[in-house]
Order: sequence, then C-alpha cells, then structure tokens
Amino acid sequence: MQFVERTPWIASFHIDYHLGIDGIALPLLVLTSIITVLVLIAGWEVIDYKPSQYVAAFLILGGLMNGVFMAQDAILFYVFFEGMLIPMFIIIGVWGGPNRVYATIKFFLYTFLGSVFMLLGLIYLYLKGQSFNLSDMYAMSLTLSEQTWLFFAFLVAFAVKIPMWPVHTWLPDAHVEAPTGGSMVLAAVMLKVGGYGFLRFSLPIAPDASAEYAWVIIALSLIAVVYIGFVALAQEDMKKLIAYSSISHMGFVTLGLFIAFALVLDKNAADMAAVGVQGAMVQMISHGFVSAAMFGAVGVLYDRMHSRMIADYGGVVNRMPWFSAFVVLFAMANCGLPGTSGFVGEWMVILGTVKVNFWLAALAATALIFGAAYNLWMVKRVYFGEVANAQVKALTDIDSREFLMLALLAAAVMWMGLYPKPFTDVMHVSVTQLLQHVAQSKLN
Amino acid sequence: MNPLNWMVVLPEIVLLAMACIIAIADLFLTDPARRITFWLTQGTLAAVALLHLDAFNAGQSAFGMQGMVVSDSLGHLLALFACLAVMVTLAYAQPYVGSRDMQKGELYTLSLFSLLGVCVMVSANHFLVVYLGLEVMSLSLYALTALRRDHGQSTEAAMKYFVLGALASGFLLYGLSMMYGATGSLDIQRVFEVIGKGQANQSVLVFGLVFIVAGLGFKFGAAPFHMWVPDVYHGAPTAITLLIAGAPKLAAFGMAMRLLVEGMLGLATDWQQMLVVMALASLCVGNLGAIAQTNLKRLLAYSAIAQIGFVLLALASGVVSGNTLSAGNAYSSALFYMVTYVLTTLGSFGVVMLLSRQGFESEEISDLAGLNQRSPWMAAVMTLFMFSLAGIPPLVGFYAKLSVLQALVTTNVTGYLWLAVIAVLLSLIGAFYYLRVIKVMYFDEPAADARRIHNERGVQALLAVNGAAVLVLGLLPGGLMAMCSTAIVRALAT
Repeated sequence: MQFVERTPWIASFHIDYHLGIDGIALPLLVLTSIITVLVLIAGWEVIDYKPSQYVAAFLILGGLMNGVFMAQDAILFYVFFEGMLIPMFIIIGVWGGPNRVYATIKFFLYTFLGSVFMLLGLIYLYLKGQSFNLSDMYAMSLTLSEQTWLFFAFLVAFAVKIPMWPVHTWLPDAHVEAPTGGSMVLAAVMLKVGGYGFLRFSLPIAPDASAEYAWVIIALSLIAVVYIGFVALAQEDMKKLIAYSSISHMGFVTLGLFIAFALVLDKNAADMAAVGVQGAMVQMISHGFVSAAMFGAVGVLYDRMHSRMIADYGGVVNRMPWFSAFVVLFAMANCGLPGTSGFVGEWMVILGTVKVNFWLAALAATALIFGAAYNLWMVKRVYFGEVANAQVKALTDIDSREFLMLALLAAAVMWMGLYPKPFTDVMHVSVTQLLQHVAQSKLN
Repeated sequence: MNPLNWMVVLPEIVLLAMACIIAIADLFLTDPARRITFWLTQGTLAAVALLHLDAFNAGQSAFGMQGMVVSDSLGHLLALFACLAVMVTLAYAQPYVGSRDMQKGELYTLSLFSLLGVCVMVSANHFLVVYLGLEVMSLSLYALTALRRDHGQSTEAAMKYFVLGALASGFLLYGLSMMYGATGSLDIQRVFEVIGKGQANQSVLVFGLVFIVAGLGFKFGAAPFHMWVPDVYHGAPTAITLLIAGAPKLAAFGMAMRLLVEGMLGLATDWQQMLVVMALASLCVGNLGAIAQTNLKRLLAYSAIAQIGFVLLALASGVVSGNTLSAGNAYSSALFYMVTYVLTTLGSFGVVMLLSRQGFESEEISDLAGLNQRSPWMAAVMTLFMFSLAGIPPLVGFYAKLSVLQALVTTNVTGYLWLAVIAVLLSLIGAFYYLRVIKVMYFDEPAADARRIHNERGVQALLAVNGAAVLVLGLLPGGLMAMCSTAIVRALAT
C-alpha cells in the first residue's frame, strides 16, 4: 500500500478519509485516467448541447472513479461508489438517445438497489469491529452465517455493477442510450468497479462464505459467458452487441476470481490461483481498453450516420479504410486473438480453470468461439462487402482527433497483448497477499 | 421550589417583546415601507439565534420559572435551528409574498409567535408548558395558512389543518391528563421518577401514553396520522408551507424528546413499539404515495412523511431490552436527521417559491420542465436537494440515513436489523420519485411559453448558500454530528 493519505473524517463513527494505492488498484487507476482523457477527446467536437456541463460531469465522474479504486475506508468507498451514479445518471439522461430516460432511471435504481445492501453489511461490520477501516475488516473473525449474509449483501451490490447474469438487464439499455463517452466510461471503468469490489470486499472479508458459495458465482459466470454470448450473436444494434459482449467478458473476470477458491482449498495450488486472479485482473484492464475502443468506434460511425443498426451499413471499408483497420484490430482483440490484450486475460483464466475441471474450462473456452462469431460477423456485415447505400457512400474517413483516440487505444491493446509483464508484475505482490487472506479461514 | 430565574428565558422574552413591538410598529407603516417590518423581524430572529447559540456554547443546564422550563443544550440547539429556519423561510418568501398581496404585518408577527411556541416547547420542563407552546405555535400557523382569505384552497387547507390539529391537541391533552392521574404530577422530572419507581398504575400510564403518542404522531405528520400533511402542504401558500415544514418539525422532535425520553423513558418498550409501527407506516405511505403525485408540493409532503419515518425509527431504537447504552447514539442520529431534513426542505420549497411568479404558482412537477435550460443554476441546486433527500452520497441526506441505519444495526436485535432492511428498500422506492423531479428538470424540454428565470440577487445567493450547505455538510458532516450528539448526551445526563 503506497501513497497513503489518512485523516479523520467523521470522528463520531470512526470514519477516516483514507486513500492508498496497491497493485490491484494501480492498473485500474491508470485505465480510469486514460479513459477519461479519451472520452473528452471523443466528445470534443461532437457534443454541442451544453458542452461545459458535459465536461464537468465527466471530470467529476473521473474523480469519483479514482476515489473508488483508492478508498481504504469502507464508507469512503461507498460514498464514491454511490456518488458515481449522480454524474452518470445526468450524462445518460441529458446527452443520451431517444429512450434515455427509461434507461437512466433503470440504471440508477438497479445500482442503488444493490448498493444499499452493501451499506447495511458495512454497518454490521462496523458494529462488530468499531471500525470502517478495510484492513481491520480483513482481520476480523466472523462466523459462517455472518459471512454468508455479508457475502450475499456484497454480491447483490457487485453483481449488479459487473453485471452478472441475471441482473444484467440494465446494461444493454444504458449502453444503447448513453452518449459515446458515457458508454466508453460505463464499459471501461464502471463495470470494473464490480470486479474490484469482489477483490476488495467479498474475498477478503468473507473468505469462508466465498469459498462455500464460489460454485454459485462460477455457475453464473459460465451462464454469462455462454448464454450471453449467444444473445450477442442475435443483436442487430451494434452498441447492444458490444454491451452483451461486455457481460460475457465480465463473466471471465468473476470466473477467474472465484475459481481461486477451488485451486487454493481443493487442489492446494496457490500459484495457479494467483494466475487465475491475475488473469481476471488483466481481463478487466484489457476489456476496459477494448470495450472503450469498440464503443468509440461505434460513436465515430454514429456521428456520421446517426444510426447504430448493423443493417444500415455495409462496405464501410471502401470509404473509411483507416477506420476499418482499427475496428478490425479491436474486433480481434474482443474475440481474444493472441497478440492482443483480449487473449492474455482469457487464457490465464482458462488455464486456472483447467486445473480445477477440464469441462468447466471447455465451457468457458467456447466463449472464444462465440466471441469470434459475433465479432467477425458484425465486422463482415458492417465493414466489408459492397457499399450498401448512398449514405455509406458519402462517408469520410476519420480525422486526426478520431485517429488520435483510436490510435492510443490500439497502442494500449497491442502493448498489453504482446508484453503484459509490467501489468502482471505490478499486480503480483498484491494478488499473492490477497490470496493469503483468502486462504486463511476466519472461523475460529 | 426553584426561583424564577428570568435569565433562563431571556431569548423567549426578547422574542415576545419584539413580536409585540413589531406588531405595533407595523400599524404605522404603509405598504411601501413594509420592508422595515421584514428587516426588524430578521434582526430579531438573528438576535434570538445568537442568544441561543451563546447559551448552547455555554453548555449549562438551568431551570427557570419555578421549574417550568429548562435551559439545556438540546433546547437551545433546536431553538437555534428553528430561528434559522424561520429566517431563511422569510427571506425566500420575499418575492413570493410581495407578488401575492401577502406582504402584511401579520405574516411577520405570526411567524414570530409560532417561533415563540417552538422555543417554549423545546425548552419545556412541564407537560402543560409543552402543551402551551404547542398551542401558541399551532394557532399562529392556522392563522397563517388562512392568510390569503380570498383564496379558496388556502382557506380549505387552514380549516383542515385547524380541525385535525385541534383534534390532535385534544388527544395530547387527554393523554397528559391520564399521566397526571397515574403519577400525580405534570413535572417532567417528577413523572420520570414516579414511573421509574414503578408505583404508578401501569394500565392507566399506557392508556395515557397511547394518546400522547397519537398526538405526537399528528404533529410529526407520521402515518397513520398523516392525512392533513399533503392537503395542508398543497393548499397553504408556499411561503407558509415552508413555515409549517421547517421549524415545527424541530419542535415535534423536541416535544418527543421531552415527553417520551425525558418524561417516560421508563415506558420505552411501550412507546417504542408504537413508534416502530408509525415509522413503518410512514415509510410505506410516504414513499408509495409520492410516486403517484403530479404536484410538487404534494410530492414533498409525502416525502416529508417518509423522512419522518426514518426519524421515528431512530427514536424507536434508543432502548434495547431495557438497556439505554445506545440511547445517546440513537437520539442524536434522529436529531441529525431532523436538522438536515429541515435544511434540505427549506431549499426545495425555496426553489418552488422562486419559480412562482405573479399570478402563477409553480407547483406542478411539469412546471419544472427544462429548468436546466431556463436556469441551469437553480436546476443544479434543486438536484442537490433531491439527491440529498434520496440519500445519495456525498450529500448530507446520506449521512443522516447512515447514522439512523447505524443506530438500528447497533442494537444488534434481529427485529431492528429487518427494520433497517425494510427502511432501505422503501427508500429505494423513494429514490424513484426524487429522480423523476431531476428527470423533468434535466431531460425534458421546457414548455413553449417558459422563459429564462431571473431572480433577485439576494434570494439567489441565499439559495446558493443553502445548496452549498447540503453539499458541504455532506463532505464534512462531523461538526454538526458532534453538535447533535453533545446536545443529546447532555440532555440524557440530566
């Protein structure tokens, strides 16, 4: 834990303003900061309705997201976690598409529903330990039934955020209606808050309950990976397709996190568990860049054609060669082609899973096939082939602003794919430490 | 017997004297010079607030008027916030009353008298003094509600308020008489001792208690005694609605503390059950009822009912299986909730008032449509209030809910844990209608005839301060929490 800042905040409840960064938080902070800049680039000439409020909302959101990843005090975390909803609610509602009001209220209430239970769980932990400090909560011993309640309270909060099947339905709506920048942040960073929450709260605070109920999460993850993969295949709206693919990819994250229990406890393979958890982390970061890129690319098209429907396009590559090159790269990364960032995380997670059970791994690996199917099929229908209509014919290739945005994302995707070591090195110590917590039973 | 000890009631004497002086002085003022009345009133309120602040800081407890009133931190803190609430209300009301022929001396003198009632109630040490203060406050408010005599809706609201309020007062008085019958005294300390010794007839006590709690329920506006709240909030001129929604809530809290906690803590198990039922009913009625409203004032009225539910929950969690250890925690969270709620309410009704123009009451939710385009700044402030009422961090409403939930969970009794779960679920439903207000302001197009809004600088600045207070107290709630807990701890110690 570095860069620690700690001052008493609300003395009567022993709440501190306590920030700190470790190996789990650092990559996410980097991701958040880069994405916030890219979002502003993406909206630069596009947003003409109250641009000052637009930028203000994203900057506030950026600050709150950084806060979420740095908070070492449970209530401070909760404040940032909930606070994020306010700017996002406004962003979707003001700058969103035609059905934005429904989408944004659904988004808000869904997330709020989840997090209030977490709040009760946190207050209960405070009752036990008289402290909202996370490290105190890690050290606290709890009975299995207490842990179970806490585990499910946290699960509701983070499962909605990730989102896991079956509480994912807010995501396609929110993504479709959000402006490009909103979708980028939502997919790239806000979904990661859920995975991060599992790492910070569920696993170390309720390790025994997590181990007990890991099968629930693993089952839900596999459903997300496989079933949602099929759902993505059927989408006709590009943003919806990417949204469903996000859910499917986040299934890998939860799978990697919870497969660790089986590895540590049953197979006694802690190093393999570390691979699984790191794979989940890498998958989060990678998906952050890839999904932001995919949504950014849809935004580029939408700004020109004002349509997200796959059927309205065809043969875009003829008019926009540079742009299409980028898109194909991102689509490949999205289906996990070796050499791109998408491969590394999924491969590590599958590697961990194979160790536990071959058939689970096989099921998870089908995601690579479905991923290739829906991504490539979309690329084929939108970008390749003959120029479909006059509007496509009138398209112009990306300008330097859009090029900058896509090129930065492409660089990040390639770098993580070809040389992921800096990322895994940063995480390694913190993940090992976390797994030690996880392996240690809190039942005395 | 205690001496008279005039200094104990110095703030009240100043308030009474100035109210009379303003009433007389106003007779000699013509309409254009009414601002003098306004400034005299504000000066008086500021002076009284300072006196209360001073007494709060001194932190001593003293009895006066032969033990009829007490000067303690709790009373002074509540009176201080009540003064501030009335000051802010009158300031917000300036453009509103000016354009509605309500700029009369009565508005100011009656406001001062209602405040006097509040101050008497919160510093009472005798059941009859509580009742006296209550009547001074209520009668002034009835009259104020009917201030626009020629306005049908207002008179109707005043009539409802009066009839139901009188009924509630009757309940309360009847309950107090039962208490007197059982304990042989109306002095709060004495009643406490008698109940503590267990000499009083339990069934008479509890019978009286039911009526007292019912009377309190009316004054809080808690379900099932909430019927008057939406009608009166809606029917009264908005300036008066704000007077009713602000200081009297603090007074009701003070009354609950004096009667239930200081007088009848020995019966806590009995009245806590009643409060829990009322709290749950309020949460349900308030949150579910608000969804169907199209009128903003009615919506805020239902929201008031729901918020009171939280206060009652905190009040009901003080004594756990005969143990008063967590009482200070519970009551101070209730006080914090009440104070921050009043602060937020002031602002949200302030916005409603500022949006009204000559001959136009901006009270439908649809009147807020596109407010972000007409006045981005007011929309932002209103958003803060709505998110705060919904309990979203980092606004002050979140810490209020947090402290109440914390009080509930701290009891570590399964029943209370379930109460906490129900409370958060219902407040989740509540979030929906607050969001709807924000949705209308930000996402809807303004009506075709809507213009940009220009307000007087002073009122605008006040609204900004109010909004900033909601945010700053949200970022740094420690100070106010500490103040509340000091007041409660001192009150419990005596």
